[in-house]
Amino acid sequence: MTRFIEFALAGLAQGFVYALVALGFVIIYKATEVINFAQGGLLTLGVYLVYNFTSGQSVPFPLAVVMSMIVTAGVALLFERLVLRRMLGNPVFAQVMVTIGLLFILQNLVIAIWGAEPLNLGDPWGISTISIGEVIIEVRDLWTAALAIGVLVVFFLFFRFSKLGLAMRATAVDQEAALAQGMSSRQVYMAAWGIAGATAAIAGVGVAAGATGVSPSVEFVALLAFPAIILGGIDSPLGAVIGGLIIGVTQSLTAGYQNELFPWLWAGFDDVMPFIVMVLVLLVRPYGLFGTPEIKRV
Amino acid sequence: MNTSMTATNNAPGTDADVVLSAQGVEVVYRDVLLGLRGVSLEVKRGSIVAVLGSNGSGKTTLLRALTGLLDVHRGKVTKGSMQFEGQPLERRDPASIVRAGMAQVMEGRRIFPALTVDENLRTGAYTVRSKAQIRENYDRVLSLFPVLVDRRTSTAGYLSGGEQQMVAIGRALMSSPTLLLLDEPSLGLAPLIVEQIAGIVREVNAQGTSVVLVEQNATMALSLADHGYVLENGRVVKDGPGAELLADKDIQEFYLGVGDAGRKSFRDVKTYRRRKRWSS
Repeated sequence: MTRFIEFALAGLAQGFVYALVALGFVIIYKATEVINFAQGGLLTLGVYLVYNFTSGQSVPFPLAVVMSMIVTAGVALLFERLVLRRMLGNPVFAQVMVTIGLLFILQNLVIAIWGAEPLNLGDPWGISTISIGEVIIEVRDLWTAALAIGVLVVFFLFFRFSKLGLAMRATAVDQEAALAQGMSSRQVYMAAWGIAGATAAIAGVGVAAGATGVSPSVEFVALLAFPAIILGGIDSPLGAVIGGLIIGVTQSLTAGYQNELFPWLWAGFDDVMPFIVMVLVLLVRPYGLFGTPEIKRV
Repeated sequence: MNTSMTATNNAPGTDADVVLSAQGVEVVYRDVLLGLRGVSLEVKRGSIVAVLGSNGSGKTTLLRALTGLLDVHRGKVTKGSMQFEGQPLERRDPASIVRAGMAQVMEGRRIFPALTVDENLRTGAYTVRSKAQIRENYDRVLSLFPVLVDRRTSTAGYLSGGEQQMVAIGRALMSSPTLLLLDEPSLGLAPLIVEQIAGIVREVNAQGTSVVLVEQNATMALSLADHGYVLENGRVVKDGPGAELLADKDIQEFYLGVGDAGRKSFRDVKTYRRRKRWSS
């Protein structure tokens, strides 16, 4: 039982990381209907920036994260402003391809600047643990969960109560009608990319604090977050979180028990499991768990 | 208010009396398709102006040209000029036009179905800065549409058609516009609800907002309007005071279903009438 709880908790922590990654995808998709494949690249950039600030300039860790959020958001904004803005009105497919281009640019840029060797993030959590009864919990897991929940609360408050948040939701539903209310689509797109960039930096910290460390493979975790997005419903922030948690726990439990329960499975099956869960959910709910099929009444 | 305004209607229009005017506006879609072929119209302050026309006559295009929404449809104003409150309207973005005091209710209502009624209304006040002003407008809208008071937290997409239209009109009023454009507010609504909407338009107008009412329901529109325009094929083919148009034989045949049916275009009227005279 203790083992199960430990696996589940580790899974939840990993799930929160997926949720953070997924939120970045969702917010851009909601505003622009573009699946931003560069999100993984932004994640990597964010992580290396944190490393850069903590190691080189020896900035305190929390401040380094904030600085990284600002710079990553700036890069995302710049990309939106310089490239995607000019592609508005073109097929979404073309815009998605451009984001794949950005992914490769960021990937190579990061390796060119910092090299491909794994580095130390410089986070204050290390491998310290606390134990409640017999259950051992890693401190960094607690922090990732807290960060993710914090981001979620900010998201929720922003979308529910701020004017820009309302404009983003309205634009996502009906761009022309939103324009007719005097909302600016440009502002909304920029906000979406900026927020996705900042979120990517935090998500990156969550990823790199774990087993991955600061290495270019941070980006692949973003791919593992994909089932979470599809599972939760690509236009639903809440879905992204629930989807992330489901995927995280599934993965962690698979990794923990596959040897004793299904010894014939190959190693690394835990990376496949999320996709199997995704397919099963999509068979039953094609829009994902929380995705909205259009509400329409004529 | 209306009667005092109609008195000034006949006086030579000084600029302050005219909220909106357009001269010879031509609109081209995607560089090839003519949407409007030179439309002129004028809206006197405090009046209701009806714009009639069948499908594809250019009514909605006219509204898009006025509100800066042509871009979205790859349309451009290629000739003519438009003024709102004395300021030119060309090449202005929708936001600045809303801020200047022109709001519209789009065809097919176009409320945000996934948002609540309350949120839908708040989107209409996006350009309003003062919180006190927003609250005042909000209260005014709810007093105009008491039905919506209990529906504030409902998802707007699940409301009935009539209620959705009220949300759409309320949303437009949230920016406290001096000119309200309505695109077919009666579309797809039951006659009783259409009457209700007409009453609301009259009340909004009585509170001091000028109105442009684009409609296919000519009886409703002309019974409200001080002045009416008939659009066909992107041109104004007839205009005159509402009551006069309502009594007009051709309009009656075309839009009110009185008299013989079967003609396809307003432009056929003259020859048709001639033929009718001869054959009788």
